[in-house]
Amino acid sequence: MTITSYCIIRNQQVLTPNETLSLTQPSFDDFLTALYDRLQPNYPRFYKMDNQSKLGFLAAEILLKEYSIQSYKPETVSVVLSNANASLDTDIRFEASTQTVASPSLFVYTLANIVMGEICIRHSIKGENAFFVAPEFNARLMTSYSHQVLNQNKTEVCLAGWVDVLGGQHNVFLYLVENRERGLALPHTATELEKLYRQ
Amino acid sequence: MEQLMADLKVQIIEALNLKHLKPEDIGDDQPLFIEGLGLDSIDALELIVLLQQKHNTKIANAQDGPKIFKSVRSIAEYVRANQAAA
Repeated sequence: MTITSYCIIRNQQVLTPNETLSLTQPSFDDFLTALYDRLQPNYPRFYKMDNQSKLGFLAAEILLKEYSIQSYKPETVSVVLSNANASLDTDIRFEASTQTVASPSLFVYTLANIVMGEICIRHSIKGENAFFVAPEFNARLMTSYSHQVLNQNKTEVCLAGWVDVLGGQHNVFLYLVENRERGLALPHTATELEKLYRQ
Repeated sequence: MEQLMADLKVQIIEALNLKHLKPEDIGDDQPLFIEGLGLDSIDALELIVLLQQKHNTKIANAQDGPKIFKSVRSIAEYVRANQAAA
């Protein structure tokens, strides 16, 4: 069971094992659009997503472009995510919309785990999923839960990590854990995860 | 009617975040749901909000929704009829 690869997005910068990409834009919204334009996934649904889903979607695009999970059966791919602010970024926007007419399209994103749904729809993932809200990235919790999921017979690969957004502040750390060895092939331990997250 | 349809196209793109489209990409009689633009049930709710906010027009009977939201032209006809009746 090893960590295959990762994608970090912070301060309008994308970091993967092979590349560091800065896309500095006047606003976080502009950054998301610039990154989408660069990746060209041709996925109009992106424009309808809230910022948390956009961010998770883009990180997953980068990660899974290089390390495809298409050879896995959809039921064997699991997703385990976590963050600190749940869906607060969108909750605030939705609350503001209720001053006039409440926005239905904002309302559907007022749940922290919607980002997982968007990633699963995009990549046809049908395995187990879980979302934890925690004060900060908890490598021990993530390792322990992903380990448990991967030790069950059904899951062969786990897309895991941290997707947090609030008012333009953003922090994403997505990584792949697989039963087979490829890519970085780092041991799936809390110490390794913490090291990758803190870089 | 032509101006109203042109305005509606701009407003639909804005309200539904269809940023990959331009107003001229939407045909007057093009189906909006499933086929055509591929809008979904959440988009339908946003369209209801749009008509209320921008055109002061309410959908009196929810069952009329599919007929009203068939195309930009059918929406414009409903808005025109509703405004005329008001």
